[in-house]
Amino acid sequence: MTPNAWIQIGLYVAVLLLSAKPLGAYMARVFENRPLGPMNVLRPLERLLYRIAGIDPEREMGWKAYAGAMLVFSAVGLVFVYALQRLQHVLPFNPDHLGPVSPDSSFNTSISFVTNTNWQGYGGETTMSYLSQMAALTVQNFVSAAAGIAMLIALIRGFARRSASTIGNFWSDMVRSTLYILLPLSIVLAIVLVSQGVVQTFAGHVTVTPLDPSAGQATQTLALGPAASQIAIKQLGTNGGGFFNVNSAHPFENATPLSNFLQVLSILLIAGALCYTFGRMVGDTRQGWAILAAMTVILIGFLIVAVTSEQAGNPALRRLGVDDAPSALQAGGNMEGKETRFGIINSALWASTTTAASNGSVNAMHDSFTPLGGLAAMLLLQLGEVVFGGVGSGLYGMLLLVIIAVFLAGLMVGRTPEYLGKKLDAYDMKMASLGILVMPLVVLVGTAVAVSTAAGRATIFNPGTHGFSEVLYAFSSAGNNNGSAFAGLGANNPFYNTALGLVMFAARFWIAIPVLALAGSLARKKHVPPSAGTLPTHGVTFVTLLIGVVLLVAALTFVPALALGPIAEHLTALR
Amino acid sequence: MVWRNAIVLYAALTVLTGIVYPLVVTGIADVVFPHEAKGSLITSSRKVIGSEQIGQQFSDPRYFWGRPSATSPAYDGAASSGSNLGPNHPDLAKAVQERVAALRAADPWNAAAVPIDLVTASGSGLDPDVSPAGALYQAGRVARARGITEKTVRALIVRSTEGRTFGILGEPHVNVLKLNLALDLIQHPRPAEE
Repeated sequence: MTPNAWIQIGLYVAVLLLSAKPLGAYMARVFENRPLGPMNVLRPLERLLYRIAGIDPEREMGWKAYAGAMLVFSAVGLVFVYALQRLQHVLPFNPDHLGPVSPDSSFNTSISFVTNTNWQGYGGETTMSYLSQMAALTVQNFVSAAAGIAMLIALIRGFARRSASTIGNFWSDMVRSTLYILLPLSIVLAIVLVSQGVVQTFAGHVTVTPLDPSAGQATQTLALGPAASQIAIKQLGTNGGGFFNVNSAHPFENATPLSNFLQVLSILLIAGALCYTFGRMVGDTRQGWAILAAMTVILIGFLIVAVTSEQAGNPALRRLGVDDAPSALQAGGNMEGKETRFGIINSALWASTTTAASNGSVNAMHDSFTPLGGLAAMLLLQLGEVVFGGVGSGLYGMLLLVIIAVFLAGLMVGRTPEYLGKKLDAYDMKMASLGILVMPLVVLVGTAVAVSTAAGRATIFNPGTHGFSEVLYAFSSAGNNNGSAFAGLGANNPFYNTALGLVMFAARFWIAIPVLALAGSLARKKHVPPSAGTLPTHGVTFVTLLIGVVLLVAALTFVPALALGPIAEHLTALR
Repeated sequence: MVWRNAIVLYAALTVLTGIVYPLVVTGIADVVFPHEAKGSLITSSRKVIGSEQIGQQFSDPRYFWGRPSATSPAYDGAASSGSNLGPNHPDLAKAVQERVAALRAADPWNAAAVPIDLVTASGSGLDPDVSPAGALYQAGRVARARGITEKTVRALIVRSTEGRTFGILGEPHVNVLKLNLALDLIQHPRPAEE
């Protein structure tokens, strides 16, 4: 890696970790319902929302009521997002007169946005009216993220409470996430993005007259729209759904290196800070730092692989008389599918963070990455979106793996596993295992079905092993609610819209329900004071064990499939 | 009851985050950054000739050329797209070979290796920039086609290069459209209409 690569990555990680404590402490105050300083001005708005919806925010819920509210709220969202797309041609804010979205695409997109995946089979600027972008998609960017945070907070209460039958109130957790965390951060970020050249307007396409008429284009049409407001929350809420087809590679969506830094920071900002919130709410901040440390170490490892592979370039092109050596005058390396202003370092940094988080926005085309660069992104998906992961969902996924790690350690020394003063019994282990097994099941079965059917193979774009990688990546992305793609795969057709829709649905809710069940079970338990035989879960030993468990679970599950895709492609290219 | 809670709350949050929020951001952006919010458009003799953020197709040898674009037609600002060609797709090597040959044919005196960004498609298909290396590679051709010295052209490239932000972020880049406009300006303003 070049010296500048170390500096850019070092700066990124430093800012990310420095933000964790202030933001994390603030979020803990939000959910403990304590005074929020200047943000208290939003209290009347919060009360108004409860009053019109007939909600009593003080009414505590057991885990079943909590899960029920979450599911009903998601169902309402699914119907609303579907209907809005199907009817956009007769609704306002459609200056370019786009027609209704097809039934299978609408089905896929509504699941995609409600599950915080934001997989996009469609091209934004050619498909979605401004109303659909705002009132259907942007809304889900907020509330699906808020629901993820709410479920995490419920699980944290499960650890923190003793002999309790309830885990909080879904409505108030969700409303507070939206009002006090996501909305203020989004407004600030959106305005700063506009200052960098990200568009924000309700005007339709603009037609310009290009400078060089001899290039054969009398006019150039530029798609515009209210992009900045959507992009801010797409990053902060780890949604990732782009306003334009190429997402944050589009200059109107990500105009400068500074807008890029702020967006890529926003991808992990809240997920990282929630680790501190967790530590604060369970009364031991060291527990949160330990998990954040494990996440950061894994991320940096993958980052180095990605930057190194992309900077090394593509040997197939070097033979053709091109200069791809990094220098002061060019980024060099594998520039296919990458933007000049971002070069290699920022494209690889983005690819690693967007797949570590369940964000899925891109600023470069992952399909054109080198085999090992693409492998880094794909394996980060397959870790289960627990390295930072989605806002809320990442940490609750990681806590399932923490429970597995504690269990393994318990097996080694022959003691009942306990974590944060809670003894873990067979029911808890079952819920944790369920939460971990659902994802590989839907990813691997989905991939197998797709590559064994004509419909699944018909829209593969790249030949050979890389084509298999496209399909594996698609199901890994959907099965982890990520949303990024090896985008050569033609996914806007009834087969992939349906298959990936079902996978995204299972990946979100089949994990969320065991997590809430676990929260309910933990809350009921008494607190066991630590004894001499208790495994400390905040030291280097435990962090190492946790990293091992995260990597091992994914490796055992996915290495055979990866061997057929990126690993085979890498070895073939070496010949 | 839970259904009523959910439907009403959903509707209320739709108004707040789906309507009020984008309108507030648009309102502030309109006042504070109107130029950027509307697409950073460049106007020349009362004609809108492009956007600072979006690349254009150039083929006249007197102009600098941008990166290959995977959209169809090239630099289609209404439908962005990358090539999505994998690193070992045979079409990628073929396309790069043809682009190298085309650049060499346009500038037979230039024996230097071709900077990678000039022969690989950008992520968006709308990349407004080339690397400084990519611009310097074309300096000789542009100078000859315009009948000015290569030194003048190189100096202009250096002036037009945007370095890393704060010396750290991103990569040095040269905006092709702005560079070409600057070229037209230093010569007797000669629009390329023939």
